[in-house]
Amino acid sequence: MGILEKHAVLEKSPTLLFAFSLVVVTIGGIVEIAPLFWLENTIEEVEGVRPYTPLELTGRDIYVREGCYVCHSQMIRPMRDEVERYGHYSLAAESMYDHPFQWGSKRTGPDLARVGQRYSDAWHVDHLIDPQSVVPESIMPKYGFLANREIEGEHIEALLSTHRFVGVPYTDEMIEQASADFMVQTDPFGDWDGLVERYPGAAVSNFDGQPELTEMDALIAYLQVLGTMVDFSTFTPDASR
Amino acid sequence: MSERKIDDETGVETTGHSWDGIEELNNPLPRWWLWTLYACIVWAIAYTIAYPAWPMISGATKGMLGYSTRAEVAADIVAHEAKNEALVAELIAADLTALPPSSDLHRYAVARGGSVFRAQCSQCHGSGAAGAVGYPNLLDNDWLWGGDIENISATIRHGVRNDTDLDARYSEMPAYGDLFVEKEIEAVVEYVVSLSSTEFDAGLVQAGSELFLDNCAACHGDEGLGDQFLGAPNLVDAIWLYGGDRDTLTETVTNARFGVMPAWGQRLSDVDVRAVSVYVHALGGGE
Repeated sequence: MGILEKHAVLEKSPTLLFAFSLVVVTIGGIVEIAPLFWLENTIEEVEGVRPYTPLELTGRDIYVREGCYVCHSQMIRPMRDEVERYGHYSLAAESMYDHPFQWGSKRTGPDLARVGQRYSDAWHVDHLIDPQSVVPESIMPKYGFLANREIEGEHIEALLSTHRFVGVPYTDEMIEQASADFMVQTDPFGDWDGLVERYPGAAVSNFDGQPELTEMDALIAYLQVLGTMVDFSTFTPDASR
Repeated sequence: MSERKIDDETGVETTGHSWDGIEELNNPLPRWWLWTLYACIVWAIAYTIAYPAWPMISGATKGMLGYSTRAEVAADIVAHEAKNEALVAELIAADLTALPPSSDLHRYAVARGGSVFRAQCSQCHGSGAAGAVGYPNLLDNDWLWGGDIENISATIRHGVRNDTDLDARYSEMPAYGDLFVEKEIEAVVEYVVSLSSTEFDAGLVQAGSELFLDNCAACHGDEGLGDQFLGAPNLVDAIWLYGGDRDTLTETVTNARFGVMPAWGQRLSDVDVRAVSVYVHALGGGE
């Protein structure tokens, strides 16, 4: 039992034990994490996924701030019942510009990965102000205060730059126009051609139905884009992955 | 290594530590525990051979069993659809207007439509389909866009006032706040109240009636009966989508309403749209 004798040396020296534990954990890390950066099936190329618009990105920050992820997941698992209820199962690429991703792990409320365009903007306003007014059995808290909090996007360039720093391909133009894009997305009568050109498929709407630009506008803009970027009528994911 | 210390009583080696003269026996791990550990290691190796596991240059090993979550869910869906294949084909081919309520196909459509309704429609129309403020009640016999099965089906498929489907139901009431002065709005509201209530101010109603005929009757009809072709609500039946009290009516006339419904034909399969149409039609209010 020579090797067990040697093991006793490790067990009796804290420094050695620490050093060798580190070696073991490192091997585990290299085997489990590093391959994700080159294995093809973790970086499936999907058409249509674009970075969030400045307003959507702000809405995403509000989603995180309010802890929506605590009760709502954004991950439709590949199972028949989930696919029938929520739509096509989520693809890794759909959250490639999420830092951090909002997959979540707990569903007190329903999954939101494909909630975009599923309800009208007005429904979201009603539902955020008083969830029980439209879904009596819901236990979701009220978020009506979002409609009273006006936002101006004062740090929006910095927000986009930060996301670019961690790998989201925002162009110089996008960052330059961030403030204008932020304002125009809630103004259907404004000049939003540039916005839609930079962010294909972006919905322009007065999301919360009131003249001021509020946190509710941003949050609904974010909710309405969730899961809508990939067109599954033209894209079929590789079944072997 | 220091010298081994053997406990006199048991003849077992000790760890060499001593606390107030108490020493710890260094007994080997229980045999059953060790064998369980070794079995788990063997199982883990077998598992990584059977299932996708080891990262290689361009992809992970596929595993001997060829397992894939995506393939499994696809097969699951296909297998489930195969069970209902005959009924689904029949429902797609069926003329919904001539579907006898007692037939198996009708029962299947109602059951399937019911589950689609609860997953997709209940958030606005309520899990019992009684609606909410701004979201129509589907149980009564009052229909904005028509309550026969073909109209219900078209509304579900194309939606209402969305910008994703060119065939969506569309109508837009003007916001009379821009067109009327406050007094005129008050009069028109009083007239609308008078259509379905016995308590109203007769003087205001007279003025309101003229304004109604000039401005509102084009869509809502001279008698306020509405027009399903235009999506103009019936104003005499005391059934209100947003509310029939004076305050709510003033808000409606001043700012108008613009309720939106998504085009479900873009999200649901054809058979699901048909099934949910039959379900809604069967709820009790279907014409």
